[in-house]
Amino acid sequence: MFQQVPMVEIDGMKLVQTRAILNYIAAKYNLYGKDIKERALIDIYSEGVADLNEIILYYPFLPPGDKDGSLTQIKEKSRNCYFPAFEKVLKSHGEDYLVGNRLSKADILLTELLYHTEELDSTVLANFPLLKALRTRVSNLPTVKKFLQPGSQRKPFEDEKFVEELKKSFG
Amino acid sequence: MAGKPILHYFDGRGRMESIRWLLAAAGEEFEEKFMKTREDLEKLRKDGSLMFQQVPMVEIDGMKLVQTRAILNYIAAKHNLYGKDIKERALIDMYTEGMADLNEMIIYYPSLPPGDKEGRLTQIKEKARNRYFPAFEKVLKSHGQDYLVGNRLSKADVHLTELLYHTEELDSTVLANFPLLKALRTRVSNLPTVKKFLQPGSQRKPFDDENRVEAVKKIFIK
Repeated sequence: MFQQVPMVEIDGMKLVQTRAILNYIAAKYNLYGKDIKERALIDIYSEGVADLNEIILYYPFLPPGDKDGSLTQIKEKSRNCYFPAFEKVLKSHGEDYLVGNRLSKADILLTELLYHTEELDSTVLANFPLLKALRTRVSNLPTVKKFLQPGSQRKPFEDEKFVEELKKSFG
Repeated sequence: MAGKPILHYFDGRGRMESIRWLLAAAGEEFEEKFMKTREDLEKLRKDGSLMFQQVPMVEIDGMKLVQTRAILNYIAAKHNLYGKDIKERALIDMYTEGMADLNEMIIYYPSLPPGDKEGRLTQIKEKARNRYFPAFEKVLKSHGQDYLVGNRLSKADVHLTELLYHTEELDSTVLANFPLLKALRTRVSNLPTVKKFLQPGSQRKPFDDENRVEAVKKIFIK
């Protein structure tokens, strides 16, 4: 619709815009809370994840000179802003999942984020025991466990060779 | 549900304006607490009121909501402006996200260094005229209905109406070739709640001029 990807063909629709796609999938599979207040919490947490994820997403594509600064920003924001905020949520209710005591899109997006941040900052989870526990819990769900195994459709970190190839195709 | 929602932001459009528009269109009266100094922002942070240390923040129905999209989605769902099922919601989300991409450029335009403004303005004009407005005109043409989704008012129509006004402020002839967008804007503007919001003296904020930008920078930038 807007000349961009991602685009997902699903249930007779051609959906574009990442958030529209994610929200549809979540609602379809009951991963979006039980009412509008739970949905609001899920949205708040998902948007916080998205803000940090945005920086991580662009990191592989930055010119070499800009990478250091971005990495510093990623480390600083995850350790000082985002991870403490999510750790605090889990501590506040002591439940297994972020919202409503059951799995939602917020837990999945956060689990992915924790893995991807750790790839860039190997000790980032040191002081966040509840985040580590959540990640383990979500990772052990049968569907997620399968996705985490080699040979699944999960994609590896975008290294320099991959970025070069991509630029050639689209540039 | 005690009291009116309270909006915490600076006295300007920024990211809060879409929230003002949606509350107004929904007919939900709200109050505003304007941050004027850096200390005002720090106080909110120290209070623990801002989950990610950022504004907008809206106190509503016993919650302190942050993140613009979370706030907008909650208001829309509360007031039945989010479609009747998940497929309508998907369309509303898709259209809203496209608008947000263009709106992002417009929101930041007033605070750009003078040297960067021309390039950005060209980009805004180009994207509005060649990508976004044709896409929305095509949606309206495809079903011939009065509103973007489900033949009734949704948040997508309210966001689009706001976007059309704001883009036109920067590019006065931008709507020339989009008759259905113009008609939608007129239709939404004539709804009693929106009509009231468009009148002088409402909580709608004017274009963020240089004075306002300077005042805001003092709050947010050390």
